[in-house]
Amino acid sequence: MRTALSGVALLGAFAVSLVAVLTFSHPPVEMVATGNPGTGMQLNYVPAQVAQALAINQPPPALPLIDAGPPAKTVYKNVQVLGNVSTGAFTRLMVSMSNWVAPQQGCNYCHVAGNFADDSKYTKVIARRMLQMTIAVNTTYANHVGSVGVTCYTCHRGAPMPTQIWFTGVTPGSGTGLVETNMGKNLPAAAINNSSLPSDPFTPFLLNNEQIRDQGTTALPSGNRQSIKQTDWTYALMMHYSQALGVNCAFCHNSQAFSDWSESTPQRVTAFYAEAMLRDLNRNYMVPLTATFPVSQRGPTGDVAKINCATCHQGVYKPLFGAAMAAKFPPLLGVGATAAAATAPMPASDTTNATKN
Amino acid sequence: MAMLTFEKKYRVPGGTLLGGDLFDYWVGPFYVGFFGVTAAFFSILGTALIIYGASQGHTWNVWQINITPPDISYGLGFAPIAKGGLWQIITVCALGAFVSWALREVEISRKLGIGLHVPFAFSFAIFAYVSLEVIRPILMGAWGVGFPYGIMSHLDWVSNTGYQYLNFEYNPAHMLGVTLFFTTTFALALHGSLVLSALNPAKGEEVKSAEYEDTFFRDFIGYSIGTLGIHRLGLFLALAAVFFSGVCIILSGPFWTAGWPEWWSWWLNMPIWSAGH
Repeated sequence: MRTALSGVALLGAFAVSLVAVLTFSHPPVEMVATGNPGTGMQLNYVPAQVAQALAINQPPPALPLIDAGPPAKTVYKNVQVLGNVSTGAFTRLMVSMSNWVAPQQGCNYCHVAGNFADDSKYTKVIARRMLQMTIAVNTTYANHVGSVGVTCYTCHRGAPMPTQIWFTGVTPGSGTGLVETNMGKNLPAAAINNSSLPSDPFTPFLLNNEQIRDQGTTALPSGNRQSIKQTDWTYALMMHYSQALGVNCAFCHNSQAFSDWSESTPQRVTAFYAEAMLRDLNRNYMVPLTATFPVSQRGPTGDVAKINCATCHQGVYKPLFGAAMAAKFPPLLGVGATAAAATAPMPASDTTNATKN
Repeated sequence: MAMLTFEKKYRVPGGTLLGGDLFDYWVGPFYVGFFGVTAAFFSILGTALIIYGASQGHTWNVWQINITPPDISYGLGFAPIAKGGLWQIITVCALGAFVSWALREVEISRKLGIGLHVPFAFSFAIFAYVSLEVIRPILMGAWGVGFPYGIMSHLDWVSNTGYQYLNFEYNPAHMLGVTLFFTTTFALALHGSLVLSALNPAKGEEVKSAEYEDTFFRDFIGYSIGTLGIHRLGLFLALAAVFFSGVCIILSGPFWTAGWPEWWSWWLNMPIWSAGH
């Protein structure tokens, strides 16, 4: 009996040590305070995690700055957005775009060989619209992107299709239960940090304009109709924010009163502007391109790939750790863009020209 | 002052750990001892420093008085008095007072000729405090991760520190601690109701003996742990609850910096799941 007991104890101790070694991290810990001393507001990282994030979030080398030659529209045909950009800057941007988005495929990923003006490839139609979107982000959403800005590389990272995108719909395999509608709960969902909350908080909040705020503003109920179920959606969205930026709740909130702006950090304001920006980008840039994309690149329900925080941030509080990459490409900041090109609605011809798959 | 009946047994010389006969006396009903002196010293000094800290703060509202730890930029070094140094000295005073009290309990236990169950149990409470204010700060490399001294402020700290790990209820040691706390209260409820019913029989009946108590639980759940056993179980449950509370906060930060839900990825990554999950 004694031997059996010590055997069990040894086995248990071994199992516990195995879990401890394999599943936990260890000191040292890198800390960043986000609030006053003693408030418990701070971010925690292990060096390996930071090193890994740094390694995969570096801006690529920029081509030498060129800004010479006549406006692009006088040299090339069918330059709808960057017509007033100098030929030098225009060519530099085209080569950079190829490096950022289609480094393997090269120019012909978007262009018909021998006829740069031809719009018959769907990728070119999308690229033009994405160029407009990039300019719109850099010019009208400075309240979110600040001086960091965005380029094609912010999302694409050398791949024709950004890796961090989302489609409408719940995680396949999630059950509905007896009386509940299928919210995609009870199965770990990757976009919300493997939590089992509603798996698609993006459609209600980053495409549609549902109410994110759940907390009542009075101590006793006084008309706040937000339910626990709706709170689950908000939590799911917050899990996504946290994962996408590689931060915890304390990056934006003082948990003493999550909803109180005066107790929140300035970062919460930046995130607030992102919500409006993402709704605009998804509604006015991505959704109108739905039919332009081949079916194989659309989601299970046929919807277009859409944008959330992770699309640009990719696990870091500022994309590419705040490298001011856009500043090296003035045309992306709207310099030389033809009038109103940035905010122009999607031209009808773009969708009809597109090659359907 | 008149003595209570048990004080004859209590008031015996000897059994001290330190100080010999020097402090082996009573003040009224209170045993002094070397550790009684140190406990008084540290607690009076600590309390005075808290009052001094409050005088330097912005309020005398007892709910809002707040003695903050140093900024994490001070690391494990000393901070100026006004910038967390006071918190550091008060922490030393608290440790001195708590440990003195436990050792005074040891001396009294020795005088009474009983086991060391009381100081042993109290040392778990000290461990919980040491986990928060000493072990975890040392492991994370800054006194600034300790909790502040203030009624509301330490609650804010608890809340924010929990949210540093997104959902603290996914912390495995927190799960064990919470489960053990609830089990403790459950066991106490069962035990208390049993004792009360045995001691308060119907009119005209005699107080029920331990055999009745055992029989009730043998009928009810098929097993009775017994009159001595229930106290051992209660002690174990309560101390294990406190122990795992200490473990759960030592894990948070030093041994896990991400959200606690994410820790369970090891479960999702087990090779026993079919592809696609």
